[in-house]
Parts: sequence; C-alpha cells; structure tokens
Amino acid sequence: METTLKLLGFGAEGWGDEIASGVLVTVSLALATLPLGLAVGFLIALAKQSQERSLRLAANIYTTIFRGLPELLTLFLVFYGVQLGVQRLVALFNPGATIEINAFVAGMVALGVVFSSYASEVFLSAFRAIPRGQYEGGYAIGLSTWQTMRLVVLPQLVRIALPGLSNLWLILLKDTALVSVIGLSDIIRQSGIAARVTKEAFLFFGVACLLYLVLAIISSIAFGFIERWAGRTEPAR
Amino acid sequence: MSSTASRIIETMERPPAPARQWTGQRIAGHVFMGFWVLAALGLATFLAGAWDSELFARYAPNYVSGLIVTIQLVLISILLGALLSAPIAYARTSRNKFLAWPAYAYVYFFRGTPLLAQTFLIYYGLGSFRPQLEALGLWTFFREAWYCAVLAFTLNTAAYQAEILRGAVQSVPRGQWEGAASLGLHRFQTLQKIILPQALIVALRPYGNEIILMIKGSAIVAIITVYDLMGETRRAYSRTFDFQTYIWAAVIYLAIVETLRNIIDWIERRITRHLKR
Repeated sequence: METTLKLLGFGAEGWGDEIASGVLVTVSLALATLPLGLAVGFLIALAKQSQERSLRLAANIYTTIFRGLPELLTLFLVFYGVQLGVQRLVALFNPGATIEINAFVAGMVALGVVFSSYASEVFLSAFRAIPRGQYEGGYAIGLSTWQTMRLVVLPQLVRIALPGLSNLWLILLKDTALVSVIGLSDIIRQSGIAARVTKEAFLFFGVACLLYLVLAIISSIAFGFIERWAGRTEPAR
Repeated sequence: MSSTASRIIETMERPPAPARQWTGQRIAGHVFMGFWVLAALGLATFLAGAWDSELFARYAPNYVSGLIVTIQLVLISILLGALLSAPIAYARTSRNKFLAWPAYAYVYFFRGTPLLAQTFLIYYGLGSFRPQLEALGLWTFFREAWYCAVLAFTLNTAAYQAEILRGAVQSVPRGQWEGAASLGLHRFQTLQKIILPQALIVALRPYGNEIILMIKGSAIVAIITVYDLMGETRRAYSRTFDFQTYIWAAVIYLAIVETLRNIIDWIERRITRHLKR
C-alpha cells in the first residue's frame, strides 16, 4: 500500500506528476478538437439539408468516408499522409527541407473529422425536428435568413442536439487515447511508460482507466448544467 | 371537341424551364464536389503510379490473412458478448440492489473507459499477476495477445450490448407483458414470443452500429501485436515505407463497413414491412 502511494505520488519518485501532465494533454486535445468538430459538423449538416444536389452528395461522401474508417487508421492517414504530402509540396520549392507534422495537430485534425461526421448526423436530425413553421414565422416578422437561423432556429437546435452531442463528447474523450500511438504524451502513454519502468502495469493502467472514468463523470455533471441552461427557455409542457 | 379547342386556342409550345441560377449553395456544392473528384483522381493516379506487382504479390496474402483475423476477432467477441450481455441486462433491470449495482458499475466502467485502456489493462496489466495466474494454470491464456484481445473486446461489447438489450426490452409497452400474463403465458414464454420479437426490431439498428463500431475498434489490437488487417498494414508500411499500404487498408475497411451498413438497412426495411403505411 505504501509503495503504491509512493509510486502514485508527486515528485521525483512518484509518477503522479507525469500522469497529471498526461491528463492535461488528453483534456486539452479533446477541448481543442471540440470547436473544430462542432463547426465543421454544423456546416456539413447545413450542406446535407441544402436543396442543391451536388452539395448534399459531397457532404454525404464526407460522412461516409470518415464514419467508415477506423479512427486509428484515420489518425495514421492524417499523420503520415499529410506529412508526406507537405514534404512533397515543400520539396518543390525548397529541396532538402524536412517538415515534421505536430502530433497534437494531427490528432486534432483526425479526431476532428471523425467527430464532425458524427456531429453532422446529430445536427441533421435536430434540424429535421424543427418544424418548417419556425422558419416561416421568422421570415414573416421580417428577420433575414441569418437572423432567423441565429435567433429562432439555433436556440431550439442546441436544445435538441445536446444529448447526442454529449454522447459524442464522451466518445471523443475516449478516442483521444489513440493519439498515444503517434507519440503524444497523453494519459495512456504516460501510464504505459510508468508501467514499463516500475513493472506495475496493472496499477498504472488501472489508474488510467479510473482517470478516464473521472473525466466522464465530470463531463456528465457539466452537461447536466449545460442542459439546464439550454432548457431554461423551454416552454413548460 | 378537341378540334373546337384547337381552333380557338392555337397550339403553343411549353415555355422553357427557367435556367437554374448560380446560387452560393450551388457554387459551394460544385467546389466541394470538385474537391472530391480531384481527390479521387489524385488517389487513383497515386495508386496507379505506385503500382508494384511484386509488392502486391508479396503483401496481398498478408492482407487477406489480416482480414480473416479481424473478422474472426469481431465475430467471436460479438457472439460471446451477446451471451454475456443477457445476464448483465437482466441484472441491470433487477429490483435486487445486489444484482443491479454491480451490473451498473460493470456497464459504466466498460462504456466510460477507452477500449485501448481496457485492452492494455488486460494484456499488460494482468502480467503483474503472473505467479498467481501460473498457479491457476491461466497464464498460457493471458500470455497470448490474441486471447487477451478477444477477452477485452468481449467484455467491452457485452457492456454495450447489455444496454442495447435493456433499452429494447424496456421500449416494449407494459401492456404487452400484462396482456400475455392475462392469456396465461409464462414469463419466459412471454419474453420469447411477445417481447423479444418486438424488441429486436428496435434493437436491430443499435446492434448493427455496435458491429460496425467493433470492426472499426478492432484496429487497435494491432498495437498489442495481433496481426489483424491494421497490424498487417503497419507491418507492410514499416517494411516498405510505401504509403499505399495504408490506402489499401482504408479501402478495405470502407468497403466492409459500407456493405454491412447496406445489409442492415435492407434487413430493417424487410422486418418493418408490416409497420409501413
């Protein structure tokens, strides 16, 4: 028991500070991916319900590809593929230069495209749940398309889409574990290093699992608050 | 009659349809589509340019064996998980606290932590208990990455499937249970003949999604040295540094997932025929 506490403690002998920095990386990666994924997902959802056929088709291709690929493979495709592509591009102008893609950015992009393709489906079904009359009412009182979207549709959309989005956030949080494979020092990688050095694999991976659980619990508490905040204007039924 | 009409009103050509305007959406759609077409063409030229029949002959059999490993892994863990999920779902809905709480904790743990962490916990973590496992004679099981992967995936999917099953059974209205009871059907008979047929319609889509998630999730076993499709891909890439190895893997995964999705759509259309109006 004492050795366990010592191993998990902060300072030179314990691994607590290393693992804490891993938690920081995991959380900041997930938080950095979220706005990217939400914005792209929203745009894709708009494209999917457009009247223009080519736009719908293009958006559906996007979702099909990034929902169908394993997240790990997407990560590798982005990490190695973009690196190769950029290197070729740079070699055209400046032969001999080498470019390294930041693992954090690669992880953000890969998780972002996956998140956005799922989020677009959530937004799309939320859009479909909003009656046509809401738009027409907005236009009838003289709001522009953009104002109708912002003042009438979006507040309702957020309320309908929140449960789906909170699910996606939890999935995103778990998917960040994959970036340990491309060398980012997240929870899994830091506890893996600790496990290898101390030969206490069960302890450290168990701690890693518990940390993810704690993050999930904190997230659901936060989402409870957000849902109450978003639902404050909801008419009583 | 028609001659009178044609005498009074001259035959007229239908006016041409108004030309479709180049709205912002239409331009955006064409640009976006153009991007995909360019990407597809670029990919095709890349693959054609990088085509190497020797490479293909050498690694294609590996990809096939990797694919078989992936399918085996998913199939075994989905089936074992389905078996395991029934008692968990039962315990989860039970009124007995000593049954419901552990089941809830189990589901929460396996749904709340990454599959990668669970796999590491079983494969590397249980190595800490090697003497005890050896004494029990279980070490030969936990030594193999393959068995550990199957165990981790089974436990994981059992948690998800238990939730699917619970949700589906609870979606059947209470009146169905009561009606069956008033007809004198036994609880098990009710479940088998009344509840499950209705619940499975609800559960089909989540089950299909779970299979797809498992296929995608199974790629992570490559990290613990199981040579599934992803593992073979990584091996081929580390030997050749040829990026097309990853692209072929992407094509195969996409093909599998899309086929499965279409099959599930077809089954759903087929079993909900009586609900269509």
